[in-house]
Amino acid sequence: MSTQNMTNGEVDVYLDYDEAIGGYDPVIGLETHVELGTNSKMWCGCSTNFGADSNTQVCPVCLGLPGSMPVVNRAAVESTIRIGLALNCTIAEWCRFARKNYFYPDMPKDYQISQYDEPLCFDGYLDVTVETPDGPQVVRVEIERVHMEEDTGKLTHAGGATGRIHGADYSLVDYNRAGIPLIEIVTKPVTGTGRLAPEVARAYVTELRNVIIALVVSDARMEEGSMRCDVNLSIAKPGAEWGTRSETKNVNSLRSVERAVRSEIERQASVLNNGGRIIQETRHFHEDTGRSTSGRSKEQAEDYRYFPEPDLVPVAPSREWVEELRATMPEMPAVKRARLQAEWNINEFELQSLANAGAIELVEATIAAGVDAAAARKWWTGELLRVANETGVELDSLTVTPDDIKQVEALIASGSLNDKLARQVFDGLINGEGTVDEVVAKRGLAVVSDDGALLAAIDEALAASPDVAEKIKSGKIQAAGAIVGAVMKTTKGQADAAKVRTLLLERLGVTE
Amino acid sequence: MSSITRPEVAHLARLARLDLAPEELDHYAEQLDVILQSVARISEVAADDIPPMSHPIPMVNVFRDDVVTPGITRDEALAAAPAQEDDRFRVPRILDEE
Ligand SMILES: [Zn+2]
Repeated sequence: MSTQNMTNGEVDVYLDYDEAIGGYDPVIGLETHVELGTNSKMWCGCSTNFGADSNTQVCPVCLGLPGSMPVVNRAAVESTIRIGLALNCTIAEWCRFARKNYFYPDMPKDYQISQYDEPLCFDGYLDVTVETPDGPQVVRVEIERVHMEEDTGKLTHAGGATGRIHGADYSLVDYNRAGIPLIEIVTKPVTGTGRLAPEVARAYVTELRNVIIALVVSDARMEEGSMRCDVNLSIAKPGAEWGTRSETKNVNSLRSVERAVRSEIERQASVLNNGGRIIQETRHFHEDTGRSTSGRSKEQAEDYRYFPEPDLVPVAPSREWVEELRATMPEMPAVKRARLQAEWNINEFELQSLANAGAIELVEATIAAGVDAAAARKWWTGELLRVANETGVELDSLTVTPDDIKQVEALIASGSLNDKLARQVFDGLINGEGTVDEVVAKRGLAVVSDDGALLAAIDEALAASPDVAEKIKSGKIQAAGAIVGAVMKTTKGQADAAKVRTLLLERLGVTE
Repeated sequence: MSSITRPEVAHLARLARLDLAPEELDHYAEQLDVILQSVARISEVAADDIPPMSHPIPMVNVFRDDVVTPGITRDEALAAAPAQEDDRFRVPRILDEE
């Protein structure tokens, strides 16, 4: 172990994960912010469109101009309640907004309207599954609260060398994002996960994202910042009191959630093993190095001087309203996964690869169109996924519909197409050559089922390879493959290979 | 005679980025005094048995529909800013970390 700077708790070299986790138990807490996908902002009618020109989606309310008054967006409240219900939370019967006072130019009001000790939703949980050497393990992550607030403006630091805040000469502010509805979801401390802490953290954020997407309340894109995660973490010797926690920000991908937890366990264990102490601080995660650097120290607790927001009245959702919203809840992702696995007779891994390919909805629609489940999966994750990957497009933007697959499968069932020809049909569909029937007609795709034509091709192939013909006659039936291959070649794949084989053996008078 | 002094008003004005003329300092000193007296009167009646309230009218659930309405133009938004650059508000260097 190398040198250590005792004043800031940094170490140059970290313990590896096994060493670090061997001596300590981690406690993690996750704070996730989700930008809601409402049309308008939280307190005003400004648009929430992403990527608009700077300061073109602003008004006196979201610019914090004197005399302007906020009014709560009903859809944002409904989305928050639906998130709360999905996370098995209690929905408050009465709650208020609060001012969180701070002086930073990302909020033009010098305060953020948030919720303090009266969140709209509280005391829930989300079950997540992690893979362990002993098989899948379900971990219940308890939810402390789900509350409403508003997003901040976007600062760009100008001047200086790095574009970071240190060394910047001044900053430029775009308030388009200020006031976009933001939901914060806070877990209770997650204990007892031991060495699985990084996987549990990732599985939680992954499943939370699945839930948010299933609810259609946000696009939850971590790369674009519409979903952001802060990782709180402390470690302690087994049985000891919890240690001091750090808060790691700037964790912008699911993979980084896992890496940030792992790296912070390694860092804290290294500091403690070197006789240092963990300070309560904000740290910034860096995607490139997989490590974090120290940010602001929080040893002096921040005083946001919260007080009830006087410009807004309380939110008191009636139980009838909550039940109406409960009735709009979609099937939860975990339930849906279990159902699809059972219905399609596949395991979790196979379902995951369908999900990764973006094929689940397409397979569902194809089955709904009347195609057998195995065939629907085969086409979407086989030939069609291959073409999509090759051409660099998403599966659902290929010009092949579930109904096309139904027609192709019907042609295969009737014997007029085989799999090889079906691939050519899909190629034609993707090239815009028309409907399934049109592609079949234009390309002349049809299984050659005329025995005469096939026998002619077989005789030709046998004549070309008399040695092979002799082998087959002498009982080496496996040699038939070479002749079948030759026939398939001369018929350009438009023959049924099994049929060719049967005809060939008959021709030579050989029985299997 | 106001209990708020002219230097105090000048200090508040500076914090609020308000450019007040000398005669306005007296004017606002009087007004602030009235406000402080009103608040002082509330402190007199406030007692442990009176629960704090955050809104004068007991009402709940005032919502708007999720509909986009026109805001103001960028030029209007930036018009009152002390400094602007590249269509954005330009603010002094911030020493604190993000
Ligand atoms: Zn606005």
